[in-house]
Amino acid sequence: MVQLTLPKNSKIRTGKTWPKPAGATKLRTFRIYRWSPDDGENPRVDTYFVDMDSCGPMVLDALIKIKNEIDPTLTFRRSCREGICGSCAMNIDGRNTLACIFGMDEVKGDVKIYPLPHMPVVKDLIPDLTHFYAQHESIMPWLETKTNTPAKEWKQSIEDRSKLDGLYECVMCACCSTSCPSYWWNGDRYLGPAALLHAYRWIIDSRDEITGQRLDELHDPFKLYRCHTIMNCTSTCPKGLNPAKAIAEIKKMMVERVV
Amino acid sequence: MADVNRGNRPLSPHLQVYRLPLVAIISIMTRITGVGMVLSSIFVVWWFVAGAYSPDYFATADWLLSSWIGKLVLIVSLWALWFHFANGIRHFFFDLGKGLELPSVQRSNWYVIGASVVLTVLTLFLV
Repeated sequence: MVQLTLPKNSKIRTGKTWPKPAGATKLRTFRIYRWSPDDGENPRVDTYFVDMDSCGPMVLDALIKIKNEIDPTLTFRRSCREGICGSCAMNIDGRNTLACIFGMDEVKGDVKIYPLPHMPVVKDLIPDLTHFYAQHESIMPWLETKTNTPAKEWKQSIEDRSKLDGLYECVMCACCSTSCPSYWWNGDRYLGPAALLHAYRWIIDSRDEITGQRLDELHDPFKLYRCHTIMNCTSTCPKGLNPAKAIAEIKKMMVERVV
Repeated sequence: MADVNRGNRPLSPHLQVYRLPLVAIISIMTRITGVGMVLSSIFVVWWFVAGAYSPDYFATADWLLSSWIGKLVLIVSLWALWFHFANGIRHFFFDLGKGLELPSVQRSNWYVIGASVVLTVLTLFLV
């Protein structure tokens, strides 16, 4: 359901301002969402100052520097630091992106960092993605076949393989789904752009043999049709993919099936 | 498992912090203009009903509709109609799977806004 305001326990208070590093000349201000499950308090936004002369160019570089040098309690997910693992997805400067490949030079003024929007927060910048992953699993993200397994491998022509370009690159960072207002209001039943992009990736795979069943599963007023082509998913995808187009193609296949 | 507080997890901010891209603003404006037009059409129907009811009642309704505030409501409704229409046309293309690449969307954003303004001005001067 649409709820424009935050619940009582989620309202954000002004937090702590951490001391400026001594002797720094080029300071950048960071305003970062904090919440701990241990103190029973509401979320707050803390202010940090980072010396840009001794910091890498990406937002993740600054977060790691803050954790190392200012506040070791700051909690966030990160792993590959090169846009491949999708761990450090967060809301930076009002848009969802990967902190590791998002340069601070793209932000004017203070760098504001929040967890992915409209998600339950585990701690600080870490959202609970359990439901998101369950939705991914529900579209059966694997090859399903009925014919006998070939002696070697399931072959695919170069042409058919190229249909997966722009789809297989998705790293499941959840930036798109958590940018989508339809997913905010109906995320319990609407699958969201990430899961639907993966659904399409298997629907158009020439080797897959349950295309009809996959489409049947999606034929639902909520799972697929809560997409209103708002385009936030495509606008925000840090990998430059186009979930909105993938969803439009599924909707087209649904129509082509009955006419 | 460690004793973890799962019950009282806050909801991360959404509309409060998200900078909606222009295409998303146009999308929600299409909803708002749609609902708005229903309300303003009630206004116009009331004007017709007043005309059928009595000359006095019509005079009152007509005075309100042709006052500056009534005219403003009608002009905004006219713009709402064209805006809703223009983005509706764009959605036909979206549903055909066309124009969904970002550069194309960023161009059609301005086609929608431009068309709604131009058509409103044309209607005002030609009708």
